[in-house]
Amino acid sequence: MRPFIYRQSAGAAAAVQAATAMPGASDRRNDGASVYLAGGTTLLDLMKLDVMRPQTLIDINPLEAAHGKIEIGPKGLRLGALARMADVASDARIVRDYPVIAESLALAASGQLRNMATLGGNVLQRTRCSYFRDTSYA
Amino acid sequence: MDYLQDLAHLSRRGMFGLGVGTIAAGTMLDKTTAAAADTSGLPALRLPMTLVVNGTSQTFNADVRTTLLDALRDHLGLNGSKNGCDQGKCGACTVHVNGRRTLACLTLAVAVQGKSVTTIEGLALGDLLHPMQQAFIDHDAFQCGYCTPGQIMSAVAIVAEGHAESDVQIREQMSGNLCRCAAYPNIVAAINDAKGKMPRARTGETI
Repeated sequence: MRPFIYRQSAGAAAAVQAATAMPGASDRRNDGASVYLAGGTTLLDLMKLDVMRPQTLIDINPLEAAHGKIEIGPKGLRLGALARMADVASDARIVRDYPVIAESLALAASGQLRNMATLGGNVLQRTRCSYFRDTSYA
Repeated sequence: MDYLQDLAHLSRRGMFGLGVGTIAAGTMLDKTTAAAADTSGLPALRLPMTLVVNGTSQTFNADVRTTLLDALRDHLGLNGSKNGCDQGKCGACTVHVNGRRTLACLTLAVAVQGKSVTTIEGLALGDLLHPMQQAFIDHDAFQCGYCTPGQIMSAVAIVAEGHAESDVQIREQMSGNLCRCAAYPNIVAAINDAKGKMPRARTGETI
């Protein structure tokens, strides 16, 4: 793993500002990008393999209280990007009213990974193709 | 902010000074290590880190890249948590962070400062083994033992979560912990035995 600068974001606006200092950077491998760290289950794995090479990690876990909520209202269900898979899967309201979501999350990965991984990270997860994990194909 | 200013000189990328709090700010840069710059252009940063492990707060200097697993094993002398795959697949490194079972190999030590970490070393009360530890012995739930600390940490957690109601559920919930010796039937038996003997709050958390 290459060295990086570790920063914790104090607020959502600051985190967005920090990441967009280099537009599009989070989707590149070798440009010294600023990349968000949430669950880290894919990011740290890929950093160990030298596939992801961020210059700066912006730890957004401190934003979980504000951006990890599970909200059910008249307009439907709203899941915060920092909600953990395990928390959504075991939420009594999700289990009762949205069982497909609860079951699909509960059957994904492992208990440890579900505790760590966020829904936002799921959506943004990099390809699982084994070629992508092999830097000799780059 | 001396550290960030130093780094700004070392790097051509001027992306610092944004309104983002940073743990690195104001911390000491180990000059020796900093000299060994990586191809990324960044020096290998050493930071003072403070972790609360098994109820004790400890501070040490470590590379920013240090995983929680490496911090436990290499800096805190807690070798119970094992490095199996280093990819989050095998579960040998499972610990509890704020009471939740977590893969220490995919967790940065710097990111869990201020959180409560519990390892296999933190389960027993002196010479009195945790009920789950005793059950693993009683049921011969391991052979080589390498995966056992992770197995036990997961087992304790799934009981606390209420996810150990049936054999099927135990097997599914323990699927993140691999055992090359295939002691699975005995592990299920041990968990069934221990789940009725576990205090709900052994250390103020879910173990």
